[in-house]
Amino acid sequence: MDRAADAAFLERIADFCDRYTPLVALDPPDGLILDITGCAHLLNGEDRLHADIKKRLAALGITVRASIAGTPEAAKALARFGRERIVPAGGEPDAVAPLPAAALDLAPQTVQALSRAGLKTVGALAERPRPPLAARFGADLVARLAGVLGERDLRITPRRPMPPTMAERSFAEPIGLEADMLEALRSLASHVCGSLETRGEGGRSFEAAFFRTDGRVFRIGIETVEPQRDPAVLIRLFRERLGALPDPLDPGFGFDFIRLAVIASEPAAMPQTSLDGSEAAEQEVSDLIDRLIARFGRDAVRRFVAVDSHIPELAARTVPALGAAEDGTPWIPPEAQSRPIHLFDPPQPIETLAEVPDGPPLRFRWRRAMHDIARAEGPERIAAEWWRADGLTRDYYRVEDGAGRRYWVFREGLYGLEAERPRWFLHGIFP
Amino acid sequence: MPTELDRLRAKLSAFARHPMHDPVPSPGGERKTGLGPADLDRFLEGGLGRGALHEIFAAGPLDAGAAAGFAAALTRRVLDDASAEKNGTDKTVVWVRQAFVNVEAGSLYGPGLAGLGLDPADLVLVEAKDPLGVLKAGLEAARCSALGAVVIEPWGAPKVLDFTASRRLALAASEAGTTVLLLRLQAEPQQSAAETRWRVAAGPSRPLAANAPGAAAFTIELLRHRTGPAGRRWHLEWDHGQCLFTQPARRAPLPRPVVSLPQRGSHPAPLPAERTRTGT
Repeated sequence: MDRAADAAFLERIADFCDRYTPLVALDPPDGLILDITGCAHLLNGEDRLHADIKKRLAALGITVRASIAGTPEAAKALARFGRERIVPAGGEPDAVAPLPAAALDLAPQTVQALSRAGLKTVGALAERPRPPLAARFGADLVARLAGVLGERDLRITPRRPMPPTMAERSFAEPIGLEADMLEALRSLASHVCGSLETRGEGGRSFEAAFFRTDGRVFRIGIETVEPQRDPAVLIRLFRERLGALPDPLDPGFGFDFIRLAVIASEPAAMPQTSLDGSEAAEQEVSDLIDRLIARFGRDAVRRFVAVDSHIPELAARTVPALGAAEDGTPWIPPEAQSRPIHLFDPPQPIETLAEVPDGPPLRFRWRRAMHDIARAEGPERIAAEWWRADGLTRDYYRVEDGAGRRYWVFREGLYGLEAERPRWFLHGIFP
Repeated sequence: MPTELDRLRAKLSAFARHPMHDPVPSPGGERKTGLGPADLDRFLEGGLGRGALHEIFAAGPLDAGAAAGFAAALTRRVLDDASAEKNGTDKTVVWVRQAFVNVEAGSLYGPGLAGLGLDPADLVLVEAKDPLGVLKAGLEAARCSALGAVVIEPWGAPKVLDFTASRRLALAASEAGTTVLLLRLQAEPQQSAAETRWRVAAGPSRPLAANAPGAAAFTIELLRHRTGPAGRRWHLEWDHGQCLFTQPARRAPLPRPVVSLPQRGSHPAPLPAERTRTGT
């Protein structure tokens, strides 16, 4: 038995069931719980929905036992231990009465104890007064009994959080062309954007889910720098994203259901055009960044942030442009050109020849080439941060070789104090 | 006798001509950015054309830093004029770089860019894994008219970067009015649609006190200029305070003699034979 494969398969079926409701929970090893509150009418009633699930999954070669009831526990008990049925509202006590006590999903010892006491069915348990039951068999039994009888209604914990806004569409005939898919997305996007606008919000993260007829689901996500509610922009981003997928969406026999969900949204003011068009320009730039992120991934598009540190490689770093905080540490321009334009991280080891052990080098070898130093300035001593035990003091020199190339080299460790034979590194290159 | 309506119309058309209300200025060779030294700017007939493609070749494998510095300094020059033209907007710079450059030549360092006068906060860095990605991102950025400048930095001489690709970049640059700098490392010049082509090497700096290395210095050679003469070298220094290139008074010795143009006079001297006039 391959538990991992079984779990993966269950996940795939759960993906498939996402088409009926966004609230799908796993009931391992072989069950799924769907919260269809408010969804049944989309398929013209619970019995149609029930039949549709059974028909579609049967077409995929999966045998299903499915029941619909007012609470997840009741539906589960019926599906696993009784006949498949659709319980009308309030009919749970009658429906579950003939089920064996094991349907309460209890520990085997408890079931055995109940059986010894002559309580073999749920109906028998339901007739008993609850407090003695709780005292004898534990509060858990009573809670489960209440769930199965429809007296206590706990919501399921869905696999995916419920998106605040979404739109979906199913197709009588599956579609497979990218143009058609984008066209379908466009109509969903205008729907979603309309409701975002009504709420005065813009989406920061969107997800399109494409449901293939054979049950596979492809999810394509995009993220934006600014809250976005322009359908045209969304479609352009999705087109970029689809174009940049490492393995393109395989339509197979086509997609018959598409859903567009807003995963995260933020308040966004009404668009207002100013006279000098500066907002328009900003908007254009953030649209460009969104497109680049959609195509190259969020880690490929970066911005510089200043960090309050005197260790050179820590003083500046790049972060993904998406979600980069605007108000970080301000950039303090360094003293005229005391910092290189290219920085090696980690620093590159070099071999040096120096006149005196704690002076600048006379020449150094880097990448198998020898560089004679014509001019040097330094040292600029940068001590390790004292709260880190392992750092060594660095003495930085700006040096220029005979050809006019300027390098930033440092000696790691104070000669004779921190290191017997300090090592040299090349850290950067000046223009 | 002009009526009230005519006067209003005249007033309106005056507004319309005002650059503030013209977010997309007409592209073309009119918009030029001077680099600083009068001699160089006169040779370039006013300076470097904005809304055009310019190629910068690093002279050797160790000149990647100098080439990047030159590109950053040029960007700084271009930004000043571009944002003055558009009322202070358009200062974002997109720098597209092939990830391998970071391994080979080091990553761009914010404080170093700030030292050249380019605010790192205005910079958006795009790292692509392959040359095709670099080109695609660069083209996408070049088409955006709201950017101050775009720097595209692929590694080596990939096949995808042919004449057609450079033509596409040049077209996008002129349509959007964005200045595009194509920074080429480990590559030899080949046919391209760039307006100018430069070869940049690090130049000896003027030493400061106690023989310390001085300000950023470059030896640049204009290899090609679509609309004018080419084939000259300059030794430039970057004046970080004024954000201008300067020509150091005491010139460092150059590897080979250079032809100089007259310092004064509106007409350039007849071109010597070894200077070439190129164009498409």
